[in-house]
Amino acid sequence: MIRVVLPYHLRNLARVGAEVEVEVEGAEHATTQAVLDALEARYPVLRGTIRDHHTKERRAFLRFFACGEDISFEPPDAVLPAAVAAGDEPFLVVGAIAGG
Amino acid sequence: MSSVRVLVGTKKGAFICTSDGARRNWKIDGPHFGGWEIYHVKGSPVDPNRLYASQSSSWFGQVIQRSDDGGTTWAPVGNEFGYASMPGTHQWYDGTPHPWEFKRVWHFEPSLTDRDTVLAGVEDAALFKSTDGGTTWSEVAGLREHASGKDWMPGAGGMCLHTILLDPTNPNRMFVAISAAGSFRTDDGGTTWKPINKGLISNFMPVPDAEVGHCVHRIAFHPSRPATLFMQKHWDVMRSDDAGDNWREVSGALPSDFGFPIAVHAHEPETIYVVPIKSDSEHYVPDGKLRVYRSRKGGEDWEALTNGLPQQDCYVNVLREAMAIDTLDDCGIYFGTTGGQVYVSPDSGDNWSAIGEHFPAVLSVEVQTLA
Repeated sequence: MIRVVLPYHLRNLARVGAEVEVEVEGAEHATTQAVLDALEARYPVLRGTIRDHHTKERRAFLRFFACGEDISFEPPDAVLPAAVAAGDEPFLVVGAIAGG
Repeated sequence: MSSVRVLVGTKKGAFICTSDGARRNWKIDGPHFGGWEIYHVKGSPVDPNRLYASQSSSWFGQVIQRSDDGGTTWAPVGNEFGYASMPGTHQWYDGTPHPWEFKRVWHFEPSLTDRDTVLAGVEDAALFKSTDGGTTWSEVAGLREHASGKDWMPGAGGMCLHTILLDPTNPNRMFVAISAAGSFRTDDGGTTWKPINKGLISNFMPVPDAEVGHCVHRIAFHPSRPATLFMQKHWDVMRSDDAGDNWREVSGALPSDFGFPIAVHAHEPETIYVVPIKSDSEHYVPDGKLRVYRSRKGGEDWEALTNGLPQQDCYVNVLREAMAIDTLDDCGIYFGTTGGQVYVSPDSGDNWSAIGEHFPAVLSVEVQTLA
């Protein structure tokens, strides 16, 4: 299982806690795209809130982190770090702090 | 005894305010969707327990929420708004071509006959329809594909389709208003559309009386007279008596003819309400006084309504979606301000009191009159 940390408003929207787990087929080669696909399949309300419905591009005010690194600009089909795949480290969806 | 339910959308959530027909004591429930911008909450005239809410944020985009119990509980429904064809471009602020991009839902207009059918006006301006209670949405493409679409441009708030009027006497006719394209009418259920902006003068445009490009802030009618339309434009209060084919100015001696909302009394089709603000550069009420203006003659002659409203040191605005009426015998008028106040007059505007004064900035107000 891959751990995903969600920002506050998405936790409320999906009615889950700060961290959720999703099952990704072939987890050892899990990609950002696969993790988000699994997340959205498990929590359909999150569709369109992290990625654009049609282009599947990351929404501009969100970033993805793994193992302390910003992986937002990695290709969506790049393989995630082994620690994320193993469930030792989470995949983080982080919202920009800007705004009021 | 009758009661009213006021649906308030704010920059930080939705609030539902209820009272009996006296409209003196209010129960306030919320915030629902706390922290999100709620551009509009509106109920179905067929089933008043069916409500739709537009929940959006810059971070997470658009969510549509639906309630089937009058706002006590909510569940998300469909939020996918895909343009029906290659979107093409419209004008950007600098006049360059800019691709159409969906940003948010500005306005819901539930069907007059079916609780599961609802229209949505969106930014970038387009019209969408759902026939399954918001689960899926499809574009009413004839509007955006109008030949003038490439010349539409955004106002400061974005290029938004913010007003939808359904003619209760003709199911094939409806009106929409877009900032900053103008007003449009369909007479065939949305397949084809006609700009209805003749008579509008907008001096910020190179051609002030152009067919499109006007920043119409709001249009309204009385359901018994759907061919008589009232408009609050970016400057000027206007009136049409031929379903929008021709417009004339009825600003009269208003302290300013700039404003956003316009509303029509429930039982007096010639009684209309506006809230003037100082100018297009100063979006607050003139002279520090929060004044609603009423005309009982469909424009031209106006009176200031001030009893119970702050008359000094008040510098708020009332946005286009933030004024509404109830249909009780003594028609109630309601509005919400950017300062977080929501006011009610239970007597057609003669006297006002606050439902609440400390909401987040109010984006929209709708009222349901419940038996």
